[in-house]
Amino acid sequence: MTNLLLNIDAGSIDWARAQFALTAIYHWLFVPLTLGLAVIMGIAETCWYHTRDTFWRDTAKFWQKLFGVNFAMGVATGIILEFEFGTNWSNYSWFVGDIFGAPLAIEGIVAFFMESTFVAVMFFGWKKVSPGFHLASTWLTGLGATISAWWILVANAWMQYPVGCEFNPDTMRNEMVSFLDVALSPFAVDKFCHTVISAWIIGAIFVVAVSCWYLMKKREVKLAKQSIKIAAIVGLIASLGAAMTGHKSAQSVAEVQPMKLAAMEALYNGGTDVGLTAVAWVNPFCQPDYQNEESAPLKIEMPYALSFMATNDIHGYVPGINDILNGYTKPDGTREPSVDEKIERGKKAIEALAGYRAAKYASSDDGTTAAAHLKVLQENMKYFGYGYVKDRNDVVPPIPINFWAFRIMVGLGCVFILFFAIITVMAFKIPLVSVITRRLLAAFGIIPETEADTHDIAGLPAWHYWVAIALVPLAYIASESGWLVAEFGRQPWTIQDMLPTWVAISDISSTSVALTFFLFLFLFTLMLAVEINILLKQIKKGPKYTDIKD
Amino acid sequence: MLSMNKHSLLYRVFDLYYDGFRHMKLGRTLWAIILIKLFIIFVILKLFFFPNYIKEHANKGEESEFVATQVLKR
Repeated sequence: MTNLLLNIDAGSIDWARAQFALTAIYHWLFVPLTLGLAVIMGIAETCWYHTRDTFWRDTAKFWQKLFGVNFAMGVATGIILEFEFGTNWSNYSWFVGDIFGAPLAIEGIVAFFMESTFVAVMFFGWKKVSPGFHLASTWLTGLGATISAWWILVANAWMQYPVGCEFNPDTMRNEMVSFLDVALSPFAVDKFCHTVISAWIIGAIFVVAVSCWYLMKKREVKLAKQSIKIAAIVGLIASLGAAMTGHKSAQSVAEVQPMKLAAMEALYNGGTDVGLTAVAWVNPFCQPDYQNEESAPLKIEMPYALSFMATNDIHGYVPGINDILNGYTKPDGTREPSVDEKIERGKKAIEALAGYRAAKYASSDDGTTAAAHLKVLQENMKYFGYGYVKDRNDVVPPIPINFWAFRIMVGLGCVFILFFAIITVMAFKIPLVSVITRRLLAAFGIIPETEADTHDIAGLPAWHYWVAIALVPLAYIASESGWLVAEFGRQPWTIQDMLPTWVAISDISSTSVALTFFLFLFLFTLMLAVEINILLKQIKKGPKYTDIKD
Repeated sequence: MLSMNKHSLLYRVFDLYYDGFRHMKLGRTLWAIILIKLFIIFVILKLFFFPNYIKEHANKGEESEFVATQVLKR
């Protein structure tokens, strides 16, 4: 075995994290559009199946073509993350053991068989299989992608809330003791619902934007208007659903990752009847002085809303950062230990693990010493990761990123609800509501008075359509912001309370990780440019009404 | 050469893929991109930049001991 110096280069942690973030963010550019477009194209083809109007077939095929471009560009980009686990995060990779292996293996098999089979039928099978079988294949393509997302999110949720496992000190791995606890962890369920539903928003906004571009160019008017109708309904349901699942997600976070919630809210000192911060001054570039400040300056809050969001009770108790650092009493009367106490217990666990392994390999031990160490380890394993924490403030995640990313996500989420509500009214020409909405918009100067009684979504001034197009990058920013909150919020843990980043990392030089970071940056930028180029060309080309093979 | 019944399931599956791939237009470009990407990922990145750290540094069967050394001394 190589004798390592075990002197970890601090820069390698940051570079490895940056590289992982870059890869994950890049991968997540493709996944939500795949999941969102799958719903839109499925609905369009269902309309064809019921009406047998070739217009709907052409509409479905057009969105399937854009789905295909996005799918092809996104495929395999997630595999790079697994390479990074093996090279940069080898201790983590070993430590998580089969917990990660099982969901990822299932994801690989499901993705390969379901998607490769049904994608082929969807693209090649228009004249080869029955309409019913083709329709089923289109929906199963989307379902396959969604099931893939499920397993990936199960793996991610386990890192945030490790359940269904037991640490084996002989193998140094966490071993699965309950597959169901891992696969159906409430944290995973909430994460899945919120993530997938928010992905539909991206698909809906993309479809509205492309359709608006056609309306602006006065071409493909029927396809654009009908597609907007589908996307408006999907988008409205999804944006309302994202708000509801987001509330449920926040409750999960409040329960199992209270520090993340406190960082998201810049809540330095908690209590009961806590308000939700609408806005406050949190310097985006440095960690605030949470130990000495009562709360973030210039805070405007919605009374009781955070207590309600976290506990479903407007008077509920929400701990702040200092409460978590110092320890607090939960509403049920149990006491959450301070971080200092957790550090002590974590150190005991590490010492016990070392003692157990030494005793196990010592010929003089009859098993009693090893058993004694094992007992101590099991009693303190819950806080194992804290044993590596030198300063208790190291367990506080970067507050500015969490605070602002959360506000960007929620703020844009509210914009999307409003946007889809307006689009639904306009697309379906809902008479009374449409008139009221448009007159209100005119009254506030958002649209000119002359347009107040216009009902048709086609033929509006160009800026209306530009608004819809501008929402595409904003939808991605909202979605990626959600991931920033999820991942920055659990810092410094790679596995919550078990393994901090500086233990999870391999003993590698920062130079080698920095090199691959810039290599990825170049490759991803190039690939993204290629994808956007192909996608724009296909949009400009528009739907094909005769060729059914491509 | 094997002769296949054109109505058999096997032939129809084969024909779906064969005919589909043969008539691809945009699909050719996308497949070319996918293959280039897979080559870059599995041949260049995996072989030259992303070795399995534990396999490289630990003897076979001694991985847990290696990880224990890594984890316990930090």
